Amino acid sequence: MSLFDQKMTDLQELLHKKELSVTDLVKESYDRIKDVDGKVQAFLTLDEENALLQAKELDRKLINGEQSGSLFGMPIGIKDNIVTKDLRTTCSSKILENFQPIYNATVMEKVQAANAVTIGKLNMDEFAMGSSTENSYYQKTKNPWNLDRVPGGSSGGSAASVAAGEVLFSLGSDTGGSIRQPAAFCGVVGLKPTYGRISRFGLVAFASSLDQIGPITRTVEDNAFLLQAISGVDPMDSTSANVDVPDFTKGLTGDIKGMRIAVPKEYLAEGVKEEVRQSVLDALKVLEKLGATWEEVSLPHSKYALATYYLLSSSEASANLSRFDGVRYGYRAEDAETLIELYKRSRSEGFGDEVKRRIMLGTFALSSGYYDAYYKKAQKVRTLIKKDFEDVFEKYDVIVGPTTPTPAFKLGENVDDPLTMYANDILTIPVNLAGVPGISVPCGFSNGLPLGLQIIGKHFDEASIYKVAYAFEQATDYHKQKPTL
Amino acid sequence: MSRITKEEVKHVANLARLAVSEEEAEVFQKQLDAIISFAEQLNELDTDGIEPTSHVLDMKNVLREDVPTKGLPVEEVLKNAPDHENGQFKVPSIIE
Repeated sequence: MSLFDQKMTDLQELLHKKELSVTDLVKESYDRIKDVDGKVQAFLTLDEENALLQAKELDRKLINGEQSGSLFGMPIGIKDNIVTKDLRTTCSSKILENFQPIYNATVMEKVQAANAVTIGKLNMDEFAMGSSTENSYYQKTKNPWNLDRVPGGSSGGSAASVAAGEVLFSLGSDTGGSIRQPAAFCGVVGLKPTYGRISRFGLVAFASSLDQIGPITRTVEDNAFLLQAISGVDPMDSTSANVDVPDFTKGLTGDIKGMRIAVPKEYLAEGVKEEVRQSVLDALKVLEKLGATWEEVSLPHSKYALATYYLLSSSEASANLSRFDGVRYGYRAEDAETLIELYKRSRSEGFGDEVKRRIMLGTFALSSGYYDAYYKKAQKVRTLIKKDFEDVFEKYDVIVGPTTPTPAFKLGENVDDPLTMYANDILTIPVNLAGVPGISVPCGFSNGLPLGLQIIGKHFDEASIYKVAYAFEQATDYHKQKPTL
Repeated sequence: MSRITKEEVKHVANLARLAVSEEEAEVFQKQLDAIISFAEQLNELDTDGIEPTSHVLDMKNVLREDVPTKGLPVEEVLKNAPDHENGQFKVPSIIE
């Protein structure tokens, strides 16, 4: 049994009673990484020396009764697109192989202020572009439930490390499903918060109007605690929202009587595997027993979300990634004779194929003569998709459906065909386009592979999502099952 | 008919400051053509009179007091630079 089979408040109780030290927790993390990360390959960079020093300092505070911070002593893993001062941050790209950030992302300042202990940096698809973590320049992370399968992506390392018991929890980022899809594939809990809930300062930008950082945990309660710690408006990010941060754990009672659930027919349609559909129908029965009611609804523009997303996210990416030019930081090609040659060769040698493909797609969609036909058209369709959600939320508290159309696929299965790979995110992408929050919680297994239930809420209503997710979790035991490694 | 030609792929690559070989241009042409063809399903929708969404939250210009603060120290900023000299980033000569 791993220490991380317990939830955060139980571990903190043990710390409080002096039955456990922070050093024990941090050592448990590194011991587990030494045991299983050779197989899982979730971590790119470890920060063991600093983590043990910090643990010692926190233990001293514990002995003196000075412990403070909501995440006190908890080992956390960080996706490698969140900048960490003096700790290498690569975005899983060759172009940032030796990049040592000179400041912390706001979320890092927050988890440090809450006294969590950063264990290391986690693998991902290069610049968060991908759905399997196979687009990493460095290594291929495996699914802890079946090492022949992908962990999902792009936050594949973040989800796999939590599922494998290497850390208690982690931070990921979600632009089109990059937290929820790997959480579903790895059997853990992953939330994409409302756009603006969390500061993006220090998150290396992929698509600025869609990106959001979020927590990946084993339990819904831990997820709510971690979100609590990292939420809030930030002067360094003008798109962070100046709204109240409620107590997200308040609604974790198991009582969902009278809650109204919408189930979009498009989310159970063709393309969604039968065992996935069945697991959602079973989950709805559980929620019904708990006193909620559900009805079928329509999000009529769902089928257009994928195309809309790829045009908009690639367009934004083509602008955001122009900063990698081999001048101020990152990889520089050798012996370039002119500045243009320096740019071109540094970028071509530094970026992988998927990143180049999306930069080119975005550049095309924004280029003269095509802007109205592609980019502006997609922005208009985004309005229609957003309105679909607004219409449904007039009558319902949450939307429920599957997180992914299938369980985790095999490594190498989809790498040659970008469009098939993109289709993995068909149920998560609309949520980013509308800017609403969504969570994935474990809801079953298919041939030993986890399945995820997606619960979507209104803008800034993560509390209702957690309420339903917690009630479902407490009524089922999927989250208690662990992979054997 | 192709939505994007090999020549256009090369043009776009140049705009994006990417070097692509003939071979790469051929592969990217096929892949981008498939993605753009797929994206044309958006034309099924009548979007006349629909406002474009660039940002999901109802947020206009976010203003703050213009208070000067200290910038990052030069040596920190240069720490990750591939090449620098006299406190400045160094690049190949721009003017002949």
